[in-house]
Amino acid sequence: MSETGFDEGAPSEDSAVEKELLADWEHLLGSMLRIRFFEDEVKGLFGSGQVRGSTHLCQGQEAVTVGVCSLFTPGDVMTCTYRGHGAVLAAGAPLDAAFAEILGREGGLCGGKGGSMHLAELARGSIGSNAIVGANLPISVGAGLAAKHNKTGKVSVAFTGDGSTNIGAFHESCNLAAIWGLPVVIVIENNHYGEYSPLAATTPISRLADRAASYGMPGVLVDGNDLLAMRGVARQAISRARAGEGPTLIEADTYRHEGHSRSDPAKYRPEGELELWLARDPIKRFEEVVRAAGAASEERLASFRDGVRAEVKAALATAKSWPEPAIARLYEDVYR
Amino acid sequence: MTAELTYREAIAEAIGDELASDPKVIFFGEDVGAAGGAFKTTVGLFERFGGERVLDTPISEQAIVGAAIGSALMGLRPIAEIMFADFAGVCFDQLVNQLAKYNYLTGGQAHLPVTVRMANGAGAGFAGQHSQSVENWFLNVPGLKIAVPGTVEDCYGLLRAAVRDDNPVLVFEHKNLFGLKGTISPRPIRLGEAALVRPGRHVTVVATQQMRHRAVQASEHLGTEGIELEVIDPRTLVPFDDEMVAESLKRTARLLAVQEGPPGGGWGASLIARMTERHFEYFDAPPRLLASADTPVPYAGVLEEASMPSVQGIEQVVRELVAF
Repeated sequence: MSETGFDEGAPSEDSAVEKELLADWEHLLGSMLRIRFFEDEVKGLFGSGQVRGSTHLCQGQEAVTVGVCSLFTPGDVMTCTYRGHGAVLAAGAPLDAAFAEILGREGGLCGGKGGSMHLAELARGSIGSNAIVGANLPISVGAGLAAKHNKTGKVSVAFTGDGSTNIGAFHESCNLAAIWGLPVVIVIENNHYGEYSPLAATTPISRLADRAASYGMPGVLVDGNDLLAMRGVARQAISRARAGEGPTLIEADTYRHEGHSRSDPAKYRPEGELELWLARDPIKRFEEVVRAAGAASEERLASFRDGVRAEVKAALATAKSWPEPAIARLYEDVYR
Repeated sequence: MTAELTYREAIAEAIGDELASDPKVIFFGEDVGAAGGAFKTTVGLFERFGGERVLDTPISEQAIVGAAIGSALMGLRPIAEIMFADFAGVCFDQLVNQLAKYNYLTGGQAHLPVTVRMANGAGAGFAGQHSQSVENWFLNVPGLKIAVPGTVEDCYGLLRAAVRDDNPVLVFEHKNLFGLKGTISPRPIRLGEAALVRPGRHVTVVATQQMRHRAVQASEHLGTEGIELEVIDPRTLVPFDDEMVAESLKRTARLLAVQEGPPGGGWGASLIARMTERHFEYFDAPPRLLASADTPVPYAGVLEEASMPSVQGIEQVVRELVAF
């Protein structure tokens, strides 16, 4: 146990949970693969100039959002960053509407008003992807305030990047969530780079979970590329929140396989670093667990992967068949 | 309700009536609860409604506005206080990038019945970071409604209308009007409905808050010279009751906007632009804007007073308009 009262590091789930998990491997692996393949297609769409603006891929970080969102029950909510395709899909957003949003189509999650950086689907708990670093955190605190006020037992999760831990909104949010004892879980996706700058160049400590101490809340560091460990830590934090014991700060150690945005080839990364992290790919590692437990053979996994890829491609084709928004939509939704 | 109360008391009355009538309403801000508010505008609410409905926050304006957004997303109708309106600068992102745009960016999924209250205005010697009239900062942020009550009745009515509105509404209360007395009416005020403060035939004067009262004083003096002002208080800047101004202008053919705050990019200039664009044929004289000096608000009493449009200043511009 750490001094904050939380299990340290990467607690493996107990055997009963693991059994249940392996029975449910298709759901968990499917969630991660859907994100991975979705972003493969998004990369292609941007590369070929079929969509506008920028995009920020989360490939390599899938176990963090899937680990947390797979524990959600209806009414639980989350906010995330502009690197948020993964979180929104993990919370259950349909692939076709997510593609359509990035393509700027009428049938998109936000009717084509938001695009890649603003995917949201309130009905399934995705209450906002935010394009301002750290700005989703106060909003998640507010969702937690409502959950506490209405005594719903629901949890409010905020995904945020390592770079956001240096912006004022992070401090205000952690402090307010703690002083009000809100059912909030703040998950730092530490992918080691804030835009183009390595963490060490911007942040005087290397263990971001330590920041929790100044808010009197548990701060837990977990291997964010280990789906089971991620779920274990998230389960404890969510239980605490539901039980009225207040917020938790989780630092998920992970890595983005791509650069910051589509215009970034990530040449600042030291040689060999990407390869090191590719060897720790969260999807490969979870497949290993599934195989080792005898839940599925390599053949089964291969056909499962093919099935998910086909599902993703079909969703993209559907989204592409949808029309662009009517010009009249420009003026709608400013006011209610 | 006919008992007289102050502008300050009308604020607590309005918040209390909304808290009492809708369990979804919550209220929070710095020192708004146990202390009764930095300006004593929320006295008694904490005692009456308890700490679950009236919450004191840390000095964290970003978190205050964010908490309002998040709780509204989950179905509450929060009222957030930012104390001095100048502090809106501290949480500008949450106000303009988040609160104002949430419904639009989500394609109409988000429902943000958020009221943000803050205290505006010069005249009390608080110097440059506690005296600004900052409603103009928000004029070109689509998605926000803006209320600027200038009387006890409007303060009560607009605040209640703001809480009941399904859009984000910024309510600017004027510090120099806190002691103003008047009565309140249960009749709701529609956001976007100007008040015809006094009818007149010669010049249309559009003014808010402290300037509305100065315009009325000017009209009393000018009446002795046979000049009649038609004073209009728009009461909300977004939406703006262009119709009442245009209808008045059609009769008077002369327009003066009196605005506290520097002239650039303000509601006065915007109003004049809209009226000249649409109703150029109504004008018998060039429209005029009387605004605060194009400076920060100074501390020394003589400088601060000199920085704002005065009653005499209004009278002089009106005489020029009439003589044109």
